[in-house]
Amino acid sequence: MATTPTKKMAPRDNGAPDYKKYLHPLMLKNYGKWKYHEKVKPGVLKHVAEGGDVFYTVRAGSPRTLSVDMVRKICDVADKHCHGFLRFTTRCNIEFQVTSLENVELLINDINNVLGFPVGGTGNSISNIIHTQGWMHCNLPGTDAAGSVKALMDMLFEDFINERLPARVKISTSCCQINCGGQADIAINLQHHQPPKINHNNMQICELPKVVAICPVAAIRPATVDGKSSLEVVEEKCMYCGACHGQCPSMEIRDPETDTLAIWVGGKSASTRGGPSFMKLATFGLPNNPPRWPEVGDAVRRILDAYKETGKDYERIGEWIDRIGWKRFFEMTGFKFTKYHIDTYRFARTTFNTSTQVRL
Amino acid sequence: MVIKQKLDVKTPKLDELEKGPWPSFITDLKNLAKRKPAVEHLLGQMEQSYQTNTNYWTGTVLNLDGYGGGVIARYSDLAKKFPEVAQFHTVRVIEPSGFVYSTEALRQLCDISDEHSAGILQLHGMTGDILMLGSDNKSMHSAGEALMNNGWDIGGSGGALRTLACCIGPARCEMSCFDTLEVTKKITDTYISELHRPELPYKFKFKLSGCANDCANSMQRSDMPIIGTWRDKIQVDHQEVEKYIAAMGEDYVIENVITRCPTKCIALKNRKIEIDDSNCVHCMHCINVMHKALAPGKDKGVTILLGGKRTLKIGDTMGSVIVPFMKLQTEEDMEKLIELIRRIWDFWGESGLEHERVGEFIERVGLGTFLEGIGVEPDPQMVKHPRTNSYIKFEELTKPRMAGETKKAPNVVDKEIEGKETTF
Ligand code: SF4
Ligand code: SF4
Ligand code: SF4
Ligand code: SF4
Repeated sequence: MATTPTKKMAPRDNGAPDYKKYLHPLMLKNYGKWKYHEKVKPGVLKHVAEGGDVFYTVRAGSPRTLSVDMVRKICDVADKHCHGFLRFTTRCNIEFQVTSLENVELLINDINNVLGFPVGGTGNSISNIIHTQGWMHCNLPGTDAAGSVKALMDMLFEDFINERLPARVKISTSCCQINCGGQADIAINLQHHQPPKINHNNMQICELPKVVAICPVAAIRPATVDGKSSLEVVEEKCMYCGACHGQCPSMEIRDPETDTLAIWVGGKSASTRGGPSFMKLATFGLPNNPPRWPEVGDAVRRILDAYKETGKDYERIGEWIDRIGWKRFFEMTGFKFTKYHIDTYRFARTTFNTSTQVRL
Repeated sequence: MVIKQKLDVKTPKLDELEKGPWPSFITDLKNLAKRKPAVEHLLGQMEQSYQTNTNYWTGTVLNLDGYGGGVIARYSDLAKKFPEVAQFHTVRVIEPSGFVYSTEALRQLCDISDEHSAGILQLHGMTGDILMLGSDNKSMHSAGEALMNNGWDIGGSGGALRTLACCIGPARCEMSCFDTLEVTKKITDTYISELHRPELPYKFKFKLSGCANDCANSMQRSDMPIIGTWRDKIQVDHQEVEKYIAAMGEDYVIENVITRCPTKCIALKNRKIEIDDSNCVHCMHCINVMHKALAPGKDKGVTILLGGKRTLKIGDTMGSVIVPFMKLQTEEDMEKLIELIRRIWDFWGESGLEHERVGEFIERVGLGTFLEGIGVEPDPQMVKHPRTNSYIKFEELTKPRMAGETKKAPNVVDKEIEGKETTF
């Protein structure tokens, strides 16, 4: 079906595809008329429409990066079971939909055996880890994304296919301090530990004022190096954020010798209960250790074990820590609380304990 | 088509990622590499990254004809060793609202990708786009033409409106308070030129969620989160409440529903749920737990926030309320939203610095000034609490500085204001 383009330019500004053409007939029929949903088992949801239609969704974990051959196989499964329709979730899971319970088992069988994908990621499970490009396709990464996600999901597999946590757990990874991975209950982010190393020979390709302007702490200033216009970095001011590297490739911030990984906890997007929250530093200095990053896996495991032990129903990781307190969090996980956990940036004072409320 | 049994490139580190129960993208790509030399070289370059902890891509953004971007260009620093990935670009494609597909549409994307790129799709990128990996400087154009000839369109990049994304909303969720899919498409189509041609100070992202559960992650991942809500009473099905209490017990309901309400506006009295709806902040918690017994109200609309983004460079920011409530059902409502977006872009476009996200801009000029700039009246729902310091310049209370200058009355904006729809 792919057409060879004609000589003349294809139409521009087509806009967004017409989603109505891509909705399963039952979704189109009951659009805006869903009444309630139930959990059938981990990975399987049952939605019931006002008029009584029943609709089963089977959620499958996907690696996000897919060969076209794999996508065609996914299409075969959807053709066989789902009238040729399917959808993806924000967290890169694939959702297949059927209208009877008998077909659910047949479908799961094909998802597991034809595609090799697990079924899960619903309710109080660890959903698929959202991630970015890493060494596969970004110009900035200090570590990989898809590979560390694969290694972690192997370890967390049982928590993907079961719903045995106090609440849902969302995990993200980021491979530089631009942090594309986003807020999550647990985030694994690369951390730089050096000021940028400037390649003065390559500088002319950049627009220098833009690089100066992008530094959050005004650590970059114009300088003349070997008679040429270039930049210099005030190392005492620099906080190794890498913003300049995003702007100019000659401001190399990465260093395979010193870059490490840090783990952050307690991010939440939903406005439920106490509202959204940012994640906070849990531990740092973990080695960037491909292909399986075992030290990161161990740290994530410690957080999840502590959470499983004392978290309450409907309590996300950040809410759980708010209740038990950071003191207990550090005790339970065995992470050390250091001076680096105390904020020094813009709103640092608002993070201090300004009361006599301490857990003793 | 060349089908090889074995690859020439050795990937001992990557091979470790073929083990374990989670589906392996390495196995998938190795299979593809048997007929796509570029994929073999991609694996070769990645293996080298795994060996050295070093990245080998240099990047920029390239334009498709008629557009100011759309292609994320990557040039390999190892082009001598892996010439097949010397140019290995990604074409961003706007996804259907809610990430829904027919297999026919997906197969078409596969065919285009197979013909014009390396045959790798990422479903989906963090912004929402379909990512098609592995075109070179020439085939990125033919890929783009093939996509657009088949009705697809190219996603946003650089200092432009970025591709929108939304939750599944009314298509399959009983919680949804507005038509996330349709509004996503409408904003995209209305502002398609702004998406393709960078005219804003910096990138601008929308994400739309049908309710406060925010399945689209809009709060922290978009400049303008649009989130569904309601302004009448939560719908209570007393029979279902009774059933739920019978099944779970009163203590469970108190512990998991009543005590978790952020404004303590829900109570259990004589095994009946009572809600002080005037104090409900529409957080969705009680509805999530007792989703057969409770449902959002019937008078639905949206809350609009502004200014969410990730770390670079002022630190992470969340969106903050700019419109506490507006209806978003009719064409007229939609026009009001489109107009509000225009006003925000106009003011930010005029006064924002280059590379300044709208949240950073608001932080620099102050929310009060920003509201004046876009013609929206201040509302107590926009803040957690009024200011606590006294360093205020009450413009109307100072002496005129110049002879003949008269003091303006406090700002009353005469434009139609979305915030007026709020119930207070
Ligand atoms: S987190 Fe950094 S390295 Fe990773 S994809 Fe985003 S910008 Fe690239
Ligand atoms: S790394 Fe960050 S703080 Fe350091 S010079 Fe670059 S932009 Fe400035
Ligand atoms: S955000 Fe709300 S409406 Fe949208 S899918 Fe999630 S629960 Fe449903
Ligand atoms: S939606 Fe939230 S604020 Fe409203 S009654 Fe339920 S728990 Fe309370």
